[in-house]
Amino acid sequence: MTNILTATDLSKSFGKKEALKNISLEIPRGKIIGLLGPNGSGKTTFIKLVTGLLVPSAGEIKVNDLDPGVETKKIVSYLPERTYLNSWMKIDDILSFFEDFYPDFNRIKAQNMMQDLELNSNDRLKTLSKGNKEKVQLILVMSRDADLYLLDEPIGGVDPAARDYILNTIITNYQENASVIISTHLIADIEQVLDEVVFISKGQVALTASVDEIREEHHQSVDGLFREVFKC
Amino acid sequence: MKWNIDSDRPIYKQLIEQIEYRIVSGLYKPGDKLSSVRELAMDAGVNPNTMQKALAELERSGLVFTVRTSGRYITKEIKVIEEVKKTIAFDEIERFFEKMQSLGYTKREIISLIETDKERGQENDKHPNSN
Repeated sequence: MTNILTATDLSKSFGKKEALKNISLEIPRGKIIGLLGPNGSGKTTFIKLVTGLLVPSAGEIKVNDLDPGVETKKIVSYLPERTYLNSWMKIDDILSFFEDFYPDFNRIKAQNMMQDLELNSNDRLKTLSKGNKEKVQLILVMSRDADLYLLDEPIGGVDPAARDYILNTIITNYQENASVIISTHLIADIEQVLDEVVFISKGQVALTASVDEIREEHHQSVDGLFREVFKC
Repeated sequence: MKWNIDSDRPIYKQLIEQIEYRIVSGLYKPGDKLSSVRELAMDAGVNPNTMQKALAELERSGLVFTVRTSGRYITKEIKVIEEVKKTIAFDEIERFFEKMQSLGYTKREIISLIETDKERGQENDKHPNSN
């Protein structure tokens, strides 16, 4: 089976600033990958290149062997770092919106998760707390039956109990033909659900390894290694 | 029993140890069917591939076996379980001795301390209300 994601010598500049430099990565199917790096290291830029929201300055990026575009958007489920939903909408409206928009959206699954997290489908988005808004958005993204999930800082604003629920959702949703890329700096919370990690530093890949390889070779957790590598 | 993944050691190794512990302590009984990889992974809050790796390792050591199409089971061979139990016990004893020796006790002193503690324990058993 082809890799769900391949980046070859991928670079992206904004004016004179090089946000990503010569990134080469292969992400197979069936993996949960952590994209880890300090603030401003290029995590979000990389994810936006995968979604097609940005175009590369050099090099190429392929999703399921295709250039990012209409076809890849059908199989990529993306959680942006910022919300794009209309705040006047009710949760129920948004569910209908997603159902219209994405053929792979599973409304029942979304409703069940909303119920588990005690989100009321008649509530308007603007009445929800920041954390609850994040939960709604994550549920929408995880309720698609996609091949690639891109989660940009998915757990930052939610409480620890909801965090556990969300991580469990990711594990439960795990499919052998789908992969999940999670960008975050809350490493300690997520490292046990990851297969592999990619450390990004100043726009370059500093390290790719499996979580247990890191623990075996460095005798410390990924979180510990991260703190050491990126010590300020 | 709660899963407890907290040390810096490889996660699959911690999973192996905790499943072994569940087996030798009788929480999982000989011949019991194990939950699916996904259920176990969810329960432990770990990556399913990591859980899979731990179970494959347990299978190799004979504690767990797979029946095609029906799932994974705990071994029915008590001898295998007893062996693992002994290994765990010796590891624990070794760790205990290391700790006591780092406190400055000799092996002989440690053993006599254990005897004293045992007697104290028996006293307490006789008079459960006294301190």
